Amino acid sequence: MIWQQLPQFIVSGITSGSIYALIALGFCIIHNATGIVNFAQGEFVMLGGLTIISLNQTFHVPLLVAFPLTILFVMGIGALLEFGPIRHSKSKDILILVIITIGASIFIRGFSPMIWGKMARTLPPFSGDTPILVLNAAIMPQTLWILGISFVVLLCLHLFFLKTPTGRAMRAVADNRMGAALTGINVDKIVLLSFVFAAALGATAGVIITPITATSYDSGVMLGLKGFSGAVLGGYGNFAGAILGGLLLGVLESLGAGFISSEYKDAIAFLILLLVLFWKPSGLLGKGEIRKV
Amino acid sequence: MNRSLPTKKWKQLLSFLAIVLLVPRVLPSDYYFLILNIIALNAMVVLGLNLLIGFAGQISLGHAAFYGLGAYISGILATSYQVPLSLSIPVAVIATAFIAFLVGIPTLKLEGHYLVMATLGFNIIISIILVQWDSMTGGPSGLAGIPHLKLFSVVIDTDRKFYYLVWILVGIFFWLSLNLIDSRTGRALRAIGEDPVSACALGIPVEKYKVRVFVLSAVYAAIAGSLYAHYVTFISPKSFDFFYSIEVVTMVVVGGIGSLWSGLVGTAVLTTLPEILEIVKEYNVLVYGAVLMLVLVFFPEGLFPGIKALWKRRKN
Repeated sequence: MIWQQLPQFIVSGITSGSIYALIALGFCIIHNATGIVNFAQGEFVMLGGLTIISLNQTFHVPLLVAFPLTILFVMGIGALLEFGPIRHSKSKDILILVIITIGASIFIRGFSPMIWGKMARTLPPFSGDTPILVLNAAIMPQTLWILGISFVVLLCLHLFFLKTPTGRAMRAVADNRMGAALTGINVDKIVLLSFVFAAALGATAGVIITPITATSYDSGVMLGLKGFSGAVLGGYGNFAGAILGGLLLGVLESLGAGFISSEYKDAIAFLILLLVLFWKPSGLLGKGEIRKV
Repeated sequence: MNRSLPTKKWKQLLSFLAIVLLVPRVLPSDYYFLILNIIALNAMVVLGLNLLIGFAGQISLGHAAFYGLGAYISGILATSYQVPLSLSIPVAVIATAFIAFLVGIPTLKLEGHYLVMATLGFNIIISIILVQWDSMTGGPSGLAGIPHLKLFSVVIDTDRKFYYLVWILVGIFFWLSLNLIDSRTGRALRAIGEDPVSACALGIPVEKYKVRVFVLSAVYAAIAGSLYAHYVTFISPKSFDFFYSIEVVTMVVVGGIGSLWSGLVGTAVLTTLPEILEIVKEYNVLVYGAVLMLVLVFFPEGLFPGIKALWKRRKN
């Protein structure tokens, strides 16, 4: 019976959902600091995946070292994106800045085949591929890695925003940019930091998903889109919403593929997303802006 | 308001017509007609999108879907059901308008990033249907053997013939749009784009106007799409994915938001750019991205106004 596969569908949904959640958080962090949608977010994911493949497979750097190196490298790219085009843009208009990030994503997608070629590449799982059986569901060790690492990243992020002065400053900028600047917070630095953080989150997602789905120069597009959808679903800019939205999208997709049709799984996920937006125009946890006259 | 506007408009339009008729005399090869025709089709989509984005301030990343619906509905009717083009194209445009109306009512209640997401989601759903419903659409390998356009007894089967047809149509739509933005409706749209709340306070039925301009822009896209199908006679879902939606929005912004002439410049530049970039071979995508970033960083008000400003500064 297909119902017996339900646990399996949910496990695989939560796995891809936590990837979407990490990407969605990257969208939120940049949105909160600048108000823009960063269309290059998916490219961070792709760069993360391809960089660790190169480090581990070509240069035989052990994963434990290659992982942080990859994150640092992609953080550098994120910083370059902010420090270059975003900061020097003559206009601070949201639409202009968004299209600049589209230009950046096209640039990165044009650049990466020169290093990695156009073939999809993959990484062996972090710790073997003997599945563990729980309630009819076969769980791959890599799934546990994905869930574990995502959880640790979320916990660190939570503590960072709650406890550290920089984290508090970032929340202040998100809440009220002008007010934050008046209290002496260096808003430019916070914006730079938000791009670096978003890049790190994207790269982490890219590294941990690569053993499951091979990564190629253009695989960032769909993942970025899913992350954006997750962020919108939960309420754009809301961290808890991004996590909820990402997970929900992953599970919906997996259930849609399992019970209805695997060809239409993305269509089903997006249809439900549209219906949710029509029902709650600011996402599930979004507060809805107060209209000012 | 500016009283000399109507005569200025006539002058602009006449010079537009003169250029359309003169260009074929100086073009060295027929290859250029192909590019000019693609520019015209993109310009039609951009024209409608400019009304929506530049005037009413509503961003859509879903117009490739309307372009695709126009192309596929007319193409399917003409091939699988042997419907004459004089019927298949109007049916395609009306059906697309109806879909845009149904989608527009709930979608345009959304704002900002939510609107972007909803239109993008709609586009992705349509793309998936075009790929998966292969018994109807021909699936990923596309729909072939679509008949050429026929005007009275002339079959429009060369790039040159299509050039005259499509550019005259662009001229007509341009003229209609210029009139629209100078009308009561145009002023209402601009008020909505400035600030929907105060527009509402002034008694403008905001929701109704948003949906109307959305449907109008979808109609422009559907007409362009059906013309495209009967011009190239082969269509595949790849031409109508959300990348095309992003491309046309980029054309609006790169040209200069809120001016129809600027939109035309943006369309021409971004349609020809990939052709020019053939000379840098495998670096073409990279350079395209770089050019896009640089233009927006340094000419955020748009390429056309930006160049005009530079020109003026030089003259002084």
